[in-house]
Amino acid sequence: MAIKILLGVLLTGVVIAGFGFPMSAAPQTWYELPVIPGLEDKARIIFFHVPTAWLSVVAFITSMLYAIQYLRKREAIDDIKSSAAAGLGFMFCILATLTGAVWAKFNWGSYWNWDPRETSIFVLLLIYGAYFSLRSAVEVEEKRATLASVYSIIAAVTSPFFIFIMPRIMTGLHPGAKGDPEGAGPVIEFKMSPNMRVIFFTSLIAFTLLFYWMFTLRVRAARLEAHHHSGG
Amino acid sequence: MSATEMTPARFLRSVIAIFLKDWRSELRTRYAISALLMFVVTTIAIILFSLGSEGASADALAGMLWVVIFFGAMSGLSRTFVMEEERGTTLTLQLIAPASAVFFGKLLFNLVLVLGLNIVTVLLYAGFITGFVIRNVPVFLVTILLGSFGFAAAATVIAAIIARANTRGTLYPVLSFPIMLPLLLTVINATRLASEGAFFQEAAGEFQILISYIVVVVVISYMLFEYIWKD
Repeated sequence: MAIKILLGVLLTGVVIAGFGFPMSAAPQTWYELPVIPGLEDKARIIFFHVPTAWLSVVAFITSMLYAIQYLRKREAIDDIKSSAAAGLGFMFCILATLTGAVWAKFNWGSYWNWDPRETSIFVLLLIYGAYFSLRSAVEVEEKRATLASVYSIIAAVTSPFFIFIMPRIMTGLHPGAKGDPEGAGPVIEFKMSPNMRVIFFTSLIAFTLLFYWMFTLRVRAARLEAHHHSGG
Repeated sequence: MSATEMTPARFLRSVIAIFLKDWRSELRTRYAISALLMFVVTTIAIILFSLGSEGASADALAGMLWVVIFFGAMSGLSRTFVMEEERGTTLTLQLIAPASAVFFGKLLFNLVLVLGLNIVTVLLYAGFITGFVIRNVPVFLVTILLGSFGFAAAATVIAAIIARANTRGTLYPVLSFPIMLPLLLTVINATRLASEGAFFQEAAGEFQILISYIVVVVVISYMLFEYIWKD
């Protein structure tokens, strides 16, 4: 219960601050956000787009950790958790792709440019898609759990190359990519004023809590469903 | 020393025995070989029809070569594991050989198939598609060689998964593509460099990526294969 209230407060705060705080070229008060040349109002997306992308990666790692756990102990609950995390990750991955594409349309002129970060998120989408196709193809529960776990680990080992390394070493259009005049590095490094940072990190924490809350809900629902099917 | 202990020499012998078993049974039916070959011929014919009298840029043609190889590989490489399930020989194989020996035997078999497939594909492709030129042959050959290793490594472990999932054909490219994408992008890039006539040093970065990809995929497959293979 406490987590729900905290989550409600944090997310409301982030939405109000992210959309509502005015921008000015020379910020005077604590609530005025600085104007970033070339981004202007479009910079506000960082408070919502980056956390969704962050969650799609967190969910992916969570799913992999539970997959390893499953292969070690062979307990059905770990597979339920692994697939629940992957399901949420898939959703946040779609959200990150869509919000990114809309932003790209206004900032770069087209929805899709095969920027290294766009390639990475596309690979993540494909992995999630393949993971769920595999799950739906196997009927026997234990076999499905084992094969899905193995696939999720293989995918997790081969894809860091895309998600973490490639966006940093390739020149791209994305803010924070190599060749960005504002400096390369993770997006948070690039010229964010202290008040933007506060909103950004609050948003990251709020979204992570959101993920945790949705994750426990899904696991509970899946558990009940499994219980129901087994006729218990 | 117990009778069941695995010395390196015995391990190698069982790997080779599994490879030879697959190879002989393949020569009897020629299922995978003919599937691969016909697939390559068909795809190149379609490319020729669709290009018509208009040529495409050397860049596009360098990339298209790997489209042929990717889908060609997807049409035949799952055979080695699917065959065991179809004939009901999986259980016997589980009993007589350690899982890792089965994995490396099948990997070797797929590697030979992919190398053969790539040689045939490149010869046909270079022969029939006139716009396709390679200005730096050594870079191209290394790309094909490393690319074949990478394809065989990723294709073998995914083949084991889909054979156990009883889904046969359709799921194979779906599961393989995300895993193979780092490999595909790198070989396409390296082929483009070879076709532009870049020096070996310029392509060295791509080769490093390919080698690390192969090592990572083989190690992780070796570690996880037992979970796929044993019920």
